[in-house]
Amino acid sequence: MATTVRVESLTRRFGDFVAVDRVSFEIQSGEIWGFLGPNGSGKSTTIRMLCGVLAPTSGSAEVLGYDVARDPESIKLRIGYMSQGSSLWNDLTVEEHLRFYAGLFGIYGSAQSAAVNEWISRVGLTEHRRQLAGSLPGGFRKRLAFACTLLHRPKMLFLDEPTSGVDPLSRREFWELIVELADEGATVMVTTHYLDEAEHCNQLAFIYGGRVIARGSPEALKHAPEAGITVEIVSPDNIALLDTLDDLAYVRSASLYGSSLHVTLERGDDIATLQSVIEARGIHLPALTPITPSLEDVFAGIVTGSSASGSRPA
Amino acid sequence: MNWQRVWTIALKEYVQFFRDRRTVAVTILMPLIQVVLYGYLSSDVRYQPTIVWDQSQTAQSRELLQAFTNSQYFSIKYYAKNMQDVVHRIEGGDALTGIVIPPNYAKLLHQNKRPQVMVAVDASDATAARTSLSVAQAIGGSVSASMQLKTLHLSGAAVPRVGVDVRTRAWFNPSLRQEVFIVPGVLALVMQFTMTFLSMSTIVRERELGTLEQLIVSPIRSSELMLGKMIPLMTIGYINVTTILLLAVLWFGVPVVGSVLLLYFTVFIFFFTTLGMGTLVSTISKTYIQAMQLIQFFLMPSMLLSGFIFPVAAMPPVLQALSYLVPLTYFLTIVRGVIIKGVGIDFLWPQILLLTLLGLGVFVTAILRFRKRID
Repeated sequence: MATTVRVESLTRRFGDFVAVDRVSFEIQSGEIWGFLGPNGSGKSTTIRMLCGVLAPTSGSAEVLGYDVARDPESIKLRIGYMSQGSSLWNDLTVEEHLRFYAGLFGIYGSAQSAAVNEWISRVGLTEHRRQLAGSLPGGFRKRLAFACTLLHRPKMLFLDEPTSGVDPLSRREFWELIVELADEGATVMVTTHYLDEAEHCNQLAFIYGGRVIARGSPEALKHAPEAGITVEIVSPDNIALLDTLDDLAYVRSASLYGSSLHVTLERGDDIATLQSVIEARGIHLPALTPITPSLEDVFAGIVTGSSASGSRPA
Repeated sequence: MNWQRVWTIALKEYVQFFRDRRTVAVTILMPLIQVVLYGYLSSDVRYQPTIVWDQSQTAQSRELLQAFTNSQYFSIKYYAKNMQDVVHRIEGGDALTGIVIPPNYAKLLHQNKRPQVMVAVDASDATAARTSLSVAQAIGGSVSASMQLKTLHLSGAAVPRVGVDVRTRAWFNPSLRQEVFIVPGVLALVMQFTMTFLSMSTIVRERELGTLEQLIVSPIRSSELMLGKMIPLMTIGYINVTTILLLAVLWFGVPVVGSVLLLYFTVFIFFFTTLGMGTLVSTISKTYIQAMQLIQFFLMPSMLLSGFIFPVAAMPPVLQALSYLVPLTYFLTIVRGVIIKGVGIDFLWPQILLLTLLGLGVFVTAILRFRKRID
């Protein structure tokens, strides 16, 4: 498997603020590579550097074999980038958008018409062809923006929160298309807030405060030691219990999960301690056993773990 | 330079511009409205409402007043019975000029003495007042001269032939019509505003919308993007110039003496310069409001310094030096030269050259700044 993106100690400062701090990773060709992290953690800044929009302060990165600092134009020709901001004009129609972006990438004449027709139908906008983008609902706008980045058949796709503000049904369709494109040979780097979406990815990286704090496949991450141990508690009064748990040193994170509580602990030994603390409060529970954590548990656990160990102030 | 990419941008801009009918209407009509307003407002200070206190009430005093009326600068609207009346009318703004003829006017003339006639002018508006005062002086002079000649003639003496005969010629605008001077200037002024404003907003809007980032990630070069945005703006500019010229010629009767071809060529250079300025402003400002303020900061002094209202030659040296940094200064000289005087490139080449250099400077800086903004 070839390496499509290679990032080494990539750093970007804005004045005193370090937005991206010595980040390193690799993306293999054909992967769907998920980049997860809260707002302001450095996801978009990293993607902007990889697209050649923003120059790195230090470190290096290569995309499709081209260096982002030395040869950004060669990268721009071969990638598709869907930014968080708008790439649409309210006063242009769906078709005009696609023809415009095709033109920018040097697709003209009959090839342009063919590409425009193909992508209008693939993203399901055939009936809205002559509609102004300004009158499209949010989900359709995202699909149009997505189609605009695909016209020139990029080998590498950078999608920055492609599904934010999109309804659940459209989100699923979106991800079907992303998986399809990966099957056709494209490499995809995608950021998202929705941790359920991360399950679609082959590889994940958590970024927090500008640093990558965990990496691996979704399965591997759930069983990684840094993810801690997660147990599920069902008690009569989850809210009251949550307050108690938050104060315990060995509890990394505790959160409501439907009608139960998911509690992530430092070590396996902590389970017995936790059980006795709860018993002491007069709540009788069946024996607590570790469960496979959701990615949300993993993320919360890792973030708390990394702040507690002092590797970087939040 | 990839022309297909330039054309892709230009096509998008055309579609966007002509899609919004209101913008189209405003862009085409605004310059015309300004030309009409300036054209009419600039006409001379004629027929000023005047109040007269004629205490003499004689054939001689009426002759003098007739001379005032004949000049067309004064229109006698009120007759006063006392000084109070004169002061009141001028204070109230009903009259701008007051003429007071003494009771012994005819008698003094008869006795070969010089009667004093008072002409009082509301000088709040100094320009209008200056015109009225000098016209009144001239009327006084010419009435006296003709009286002297008449007296000499009656006494049978030989009419003296000495004296300097100053003959004036108003070149290029023989009837001294203000609109002939103002309208070509308005053309230049309006174009400066429209072009800087449109080019500024087309880029700042993309930045505010977030689409600029998407354009930057595409393979397009800064120069291609800018050129693609300029071509439609130039088209709009030429439509404006043509409609303004038609209005000037057909409505205001401004003669276009020189070469229209030369005019259109120099308009191109001026567009290039002003579009560059708008782009430069857009690279400095983050938001539309900021850009608007910056543009105002630049446009206002450039109008005052350019010679649009006040002649550059009459400015203090420091301001004169500053005026040479304003592209409008050169373009005004060119436009007025071609339209009013009919001079050609043999006279205007220094202005054309300097305007081109200034334009190149602005444009190159804009492209360089724009490239930096990507980072």
